[in-house]
Amino acid sequence: MVRQELQKLAVYAFFLAILLIPMLGFRSASFEPDRALKIWGVFVGILILNFIVKAVRGGRAAVEAHKEPWTERTRERISRIPRLYTIGGLALLAAVYPLMANNYMIDVGITCLIYVSLGLGLNIVVGLCGLLDLGYIAFYAVGAYTYSLLNLTFGVSFWAALPMGVVLGMVCGCIIGYPTLKMRGDYLAIVTLGFGEIVRLVLNNWDSLTAGPNGLFGMKRPTLYYPSFADGGFSWVAYYLKSLPALYYLILIIVVLTIVGVRRLDNSRIGRAWIAIREDETAAELSGVPTTWNKLLAYALGAAFASVAGAFFAAKLSYTNPNFFLFMESCIVLCIVVLGGVGSIPGIVVAGFVLIAVPEIFRGLENYRMLAFGAIMTIMMVVKPEGLIPASRRKRELHATDPHPHEESDGRDR
Amino acid sequence: MAVTAKSILELTDVHTYYDNIHALKGISLSIPEGDIACLIGANGAGKSTTLLTISGVQPAEKGEIRFRGEPIQHLRPEQVAGKGVAQTPEGRQIFPRMTTFENLEMGAFLRKDKAAVAEDLEWVFSLFPVLKERAGQLGGTLSGGEQQMLAIGRSLMSRPALLLLDEPSLGLAPKLVERIFKTLLEINQKGTTIFLVEQNAHMALNISRTGYVMETGRIVLTDRASALLENEQVKKAYLGE
Amino acid sequence: MDLTALLLQQMVNAIFLGSIYALIALGYTMVYGIIELINFAHGELFTAGAFIGVIVLSALQQAGWVESHFVLTLIIVFGLAMAYVAVLGVAVEHVAYKPLRNSSRLSALLSALGMSIFLSNGMMLSQGVSDRAYPQVFGLQAIEILGARITKGQIFIILLAIALMVALQLFVHRTRLGKAMRATAQNRTMARMLGIDIDQTIRITFMIGPALGAAAGVMVGLFYGAVRFDMGFIFMIKAFAAAILGGIGSIPGAMLGGLIIGVIEVGWAAFLPSAWKDVTTFTVLILVLYLKPSGLLGESVSEVRV
Ligand SMILES: Nc1ncnc2c1ncn2[C@@H]1O[C@H](COP(=O)(O)OP(=O)(O)OP(=O)(O)O)[C@@H](O)[C@H]1O
Ligand SMILES: [Mg+2]
Repeated sequence: MVRQELQKLAVYAFFLAILLIPMLGFRSASFEPDRALKIWGVFVGILILNFIVKAVRGGRAAVEAHKEPWTERTRERISRIPRLYTIGGLALLAAVYPLMANNYMIDVGITCLIYVSLGLGLNIVVGLCGLLDLGYIAFYAVGAYTYSLLNLTFGVSFWAALPMGVVLGMVCGCIIGYPTLKMRGDYLAIVTLGFGEIVRLVLNNWDSLTAGPNGLFGMKRPTLYYPSFADGGFSWVAYYLKSLPALYYLILIIVVLTIVGVRRLDNSRIGRAWIAIREDETAAELSGVPTTWNKLLAYALGAAFASVAGAFFAAKLSYTNPNFFLFMESCIVLCIVVLGGVGSIPGIVVAGFVLIAVPEIFRGLENYRMLAFGAIMTIMMVVKPEGLIPASRRKRELHATDPHPHEESDGRDR
Repeated sequence: MAVTAKSILELTDVHTYYDNIHALKGISLSIPEGDIACLIGANGAGKSTTLLTISGVQPAEKGEIRFRGEPIQHLRPEQVAGKGVAQTPEGRQIFPRMTTFENLEMGAFLRKDKAAVAEDLEWVFSLFPVLKERAGQLGGTLSGGEQQMLAIGRSLMSRPALLLLDEPSLGLAPKLVERIFKTLLEINQKGTTIFLVEQNAHMALNISRTGYVMETGRIVLTDRASALLENEQVKKAYLGE
Repeated sequence: MDLTALLLQQMVNAIFLGSIYALIALGYTMVYGIIELINFAHGELFTAGAFIGVIVLSALQQAGWVESHFVLTLIIVFGLAMAYVAVLGVAVEHVAYKPLRNSSRLSALLSALGMSIFLSNGMMLSQGVSDRAYPQVFGLQAIEILGARITKGQIFIILLAIALMVALQLFVHRTRLGKAMRATAQNRTMARMLGIDIDQTIRITFMIGPALGAAAGVMVGLFYGAVRFDMGFIFMIKAFAAAILGGIGSIPGAMLGGLIIGVIEVGWAAFLPSAWKDVTTFTVLILVLYLKPSGLLGESVSEVRV
């Protein structure tokens, strides 16, 4: 048992060395071992730690065979705190945050919230319906460009453009969704990736409409209207949400509404249909779930949420260009969904903050951000596919289909 | 049982699960070297599962499987094959995009003795001459009966000590079934122990020495095949009399 | 240049590009054939090959080998790039895919994607974000055939690509391991029951596919004169389109698909606005998936759960 684990450790350390050392050690033709070895050392350290934990646990396993792992226990402890307090506390924290933070921190907060709302939207497609979408950021682009173009050409206000963007996003969702409905899951991933790139390339190349790579700028910020009785008469006065705190509250409201919306969807008939499709599409179809319609709906709704976030993003920056919508952005959003726990709303909120805020705060780490995202994605899938805060019913499904992963099976070929 | 010869395969209290379906609920059986034994039972009784468990494809959760006295329940399928256990699984499972010849070649994958392999190939061709005619044809384009012959032939190519056969008569014309069963006797005479799973209980019991009757994951009857043929219960349930 | 010359020139370009796509597509198709997984990291393995190529070639050039031992230099460059990437491929398989072999397809896809992001950013960190120039070893000497100019480098690359594909075909059909690979792809459980070691077979697949990709990477570097950490992405999409077009899982299909995508792309760039040529490839990919997901030479693949 211990020998086997040691052997495993050695094999892993060797393969990690192959993966990491040349990757990080060769700047130009000369080899710089220190940086490469350092990072490799960190990984191997984690492995050794894991080995020690296993060895110690293995020794104790006989005594406390059924002791739950600490994650379970923590989760249980957390869930024992009344929900109302948790949610209330979080809401309060979110509400007073701009009062305590400086502009930079608020800006980071806004970015986090944008990604959280994107994660929640993608969660509908990936988490609830089980369709891997690698071109999700395209809908974000649709929202951003819809608002930008409507505002710049026709002077349409943010609030009027929002529903149009949502509708257009949904239409795009259906356009992408429709041809892919009958496809196998992995083909679907590639097709959505292709669609995402097509949208970006069109934005990049259609100079006359989108100004190409230069992007569009000068959009108005979102407005609030309030009645005014100045000058004796009654009139509506527009208040542009220019300050960061104002924008922060706007996106906070959007996120809260998104959470409420996604939760209601999750618990509705449609949500159950999605889950049925995710678990077993053929069975769902046979038992009378209109799978085509429901999958399209998942795409459309996911797209709608992204579109709202996109419109907000364009309005906030007052600028947009095609390079905001690279494939990498889709990956980041996907990583949020995966890290948080596919299908889990609180998980996505937490993951959104962790993944976006941490690299923003530790600026030195920024270069390593995507590297870490990639590693996190793989490690999560291998070690804990249900995510940090798993959605309870999702858990069993993502783990190995092998129903009885008995001890020997580790030694077998798996 | 009258049989006292050394057993080549021995199962003791074997349990196998699919997810939470408890498919084998404690199977014990013992097959003497050089025998033909058969396992009969209704659909879903767990016959195929028994064979898959022996081969290590659907590993046993509990219990012991011994091949020539050596425990094999923890071995992977390829290791079990290496010990000399060949299986012709349910539904033929030939390689559709490989030729008949290549399919047979795959049967001898673990063997290094080229001359003997060539000999066995000739032997298989003599057992099933049609395979020789179809040697260059893709497995997927063979007829059902030809595929069945190919599957059996492929198992023979490994020159197994123990041959596990899952419903070799499935979907074949009666005449062909007879041919196949005759061939099984021939194979057995050359020294291969055969463990046969069959729906066609009559024929199976006729060529076997020992018979096992399975019901919902358990072996409910074990006897000489000739005795089972006379058994009232068996007659009513499986022989349609 | 008259029309024949123009067509001939474009044809050579198409064959060149097509063989590159075909070599990369082979990696996808082989891996997909055997474990039904899109190896998202394949594009990065291709790029890694190109980088190893440039590192080795630069070093050899400084040592003056390009002048003195030209053929040996090429052998070393291709050999090292392919060998390293073969091991890298096995490492990726071992770390990211093997533990997930019995998990849901979604988990495996996400893990593959994670590997892809990881490798591409690792290369960015180690090799920088800008183009890395490849030493030009073939010179600009060209042969004129019917007015079309074909460089020595182009001829060499096309011939090498063809040789690699022939070698692969021979390996898969004539050798024991190659046959084991095909058997595993067609029916894994049965292959195991015949004594084939699946782990080993999969490892070999993950050596050969990436090695071919690495060769393609070096070829791209030699021909275009530069490599970049993110060039794998666009090549991946196109090679994937080629694999799908030919029928995923089918080795001749990947070769045919690669050629067709090469022709489409070169044809488009020659006569229509080239800014849109990538859009065309994506559109072809999507149309094929929609209209004939089994591809030109593929078996019709059964519906499998996500
Ligand atoms: N892959 C599987 N997943 C889940 N359950 C299975 C699987 N294979 C078999 N079972 C179940 O295990 C039980 C035994 O199946 P098995 O195939 O061994 O039956 P059998 O005796 O061979 O039947 P038949 O005569 O129809 O071939 C059945 O209830 C079946 O539904
Ligand atoms: Mg059966």
